[in-house]
Amino acid sequence: MLNKTLAGLAKGLQQGEFSSVELAQAYLQRIKNEDSKYNSFITVTEELALQQAAAADASRAAGNASIMTGLPIAHKDIFCTQGVRTSAGSKMLDNFISPYDATVIRKFNAAGSVTLGKTNMDEFAMGSSNESSFYGPSRNPWNTQHVPGGSSGGSAAAIAAGLAPAATGTDTGGSIRQPAAFCNLTGLKPTYGRVSRYGMIAYASSLDQGGPMAQTAEDAAMMLNVMAGMDPLDSTSVERAVPDYTANLDAPLAGLKIGLPKEFFSASLNPEIAALVRAAVTEYEALGATVKEVSLPNTALSVPAYYIVAPAEASSNLSRFDGVRYGYRCEDPTDLEDMYKRTRGEGFGTEVKRRIMVGTYALSEGFYDAYYKKAQQIRRLIQQDFVRVLSEVDVIMGPTTPTPAFKLGEKTSDPVEMYMEDIFTLSLNLAGLPGMSIPCGMSNGLPVGLQIIGNYFAEEKLLNVAHKFQQATDWHTLKPAGL
Amino acid sequence: MALNRTDVEKIAHLARLQIDENDVPEYAKNLSNILDLISQMQDIDTSDVEPLAHPLDAVQRLRADIITEQNQREHLQQAAPAVENGLFLVPKVIE
Repeated sequence: MLNKTLAGLAKGLQQGEFSSVELAQAYLQRIKNEDSKYNSFITVTEELALQQAAAADASRAAGNASIMTGLPIAHKDIFCTQGVRTSAGSKMLDNFISPYDATVIRKFNAAGSVTLGKTNMDEFAMGSSNESSFYGPSRNPWNTQHVPGGSSGGSAAAIAAGLAPAATGTDTGGSIRQPAAFCNLTGLKPTYGRVSRYGMIAYASSLDQGGPMAQTAEDAAMMLNVMAGMDPLDSTSVERAVPDYTANLDAPLAGLKIGLPKEFFSASLNPEIAALVRAAVTEYEALGATVKEVSLPNTALSVPAYYIVAPAEASSNLSRFDGVRYGYRCEDPTDLEDMYKRTRGEGFGTEVKRRIMVGTYALSEGFYDAYYKKAQQIRRLIQQDFVRVLSEVDVIMGPTTPTPAFKLGEKTSDPVEMYMEDIFTLSLNLAGLPGMSIPCGMSNGLPVGLQIIGNYFAEEKLLNVAHKFQQATDWHTLKPAGL
Repeated sequence: MALNRTDVEKIAHLARLQIDENDVPEYAKNLSNILDLISQMQDIDTSDVEPLAHPLDAVQRLRADIITEQNQREHLQQAAPAVENGLFLVPKVIE
């Protein structure tokens, strides 16, 4: 029963091939046996999973099952989960048992899904490799010498290793799409405001967005049906009807207009990735799409703009970790300032401290106009590029990442080199647009992702475009050797 | 933009972060490199560009002025490092 998609598991449960409890037990056993190789979970919620699975079986027996009832899901350890440690990959929250559920968790619970555990991640979602986690890096099941990507690296590794059929992730600058690309998965970052951020530990509030990570576009659509929607508890969530994202997956693509931004096929792009992305676009032409070259001239500026906006918001958001109300507190503080400084100095890892300091510097007296305001103006230019192009084409396609998964340790010594990994994903977050990564081939045994970008609230179109590709190709069905 | 030891120590103080003295040169180097990356923005003329704070230029929603939260003090304080009589304990602030 393992190795099925969410849709396949839903069918198996409906037809009584196995029960929710049997399914949960099988996944929990596999996590126990295999996760030492991948370090994809920070916490396995065995007791909770078995309780929820038993409740799901009972509700099915009573005739009250929905499509999600009894389906196991892993959640990124950034979503607050009542009664469960929610660490955000940080020593700062290693002792934090959340007193409440994030809206995303509450919705999955209400839909009847089963929480397998909380997945590993870069500390406070700050990273592109999962190497900044306090709990050690997660490893890529395609090659355990390589990173699974980040920051939702544990979610990606868990799905790729068959330890969970699907997982939640969050994406501030590529943290769903890049690990999805590195681990041969389908990942969707929704439009800013589509999914509630309530209870999702904040990194950069004007960029953060939760979304699904799955084996197929169909599974991602099932999950987004649960996750999307206005939430009175998140003032930035958008009041707008939620369609059934599975309803139009099969719509024909005849006449679809695809734009290929020339800036995404620049010199920094690995030539094998360029070839695979172009081959995927040719496949779309065979499905009836037309293709034209477009230009997003401010793409390169997304890296500097992001590394002001995100650290500035992080320095503000993370000021709440002061050792007073929850989380880590240093031993024997001499006075209040000593407590703040040592709590934060000891509780945060190096990358988090670095970004807090960049943000603090950018927001310090006299620098606001030169940094934060300037970055917000560049955001506007980046958004205007997208708005112009998306008035001419239906979707934009390109690579998700400039290279396949790199080796552990390869980019840790130079943060700027690590930041350049996100060159193709950052601009969407700055503009607030939705984007996906889907598998489109292999380079030296490592997966390659195709990025698909749509207009605001075009998630349904993106999922349709991704699903049709997955009906015509089998890249997404490839699994790491031995799995 | 090269930051020196004094700059790093000042920023760390503003952010209330204790940085080990031996780590300061490494922070200075990496933060300087990050600021160099960021300085690419300064080449672009943005004098007539409206800053973008929210991608959808949304405004804050209003709601009815009624109480929606319940008092959960005891429940929420279970996560606190030190509490007494419903108060958060911190080192002495006033002499």
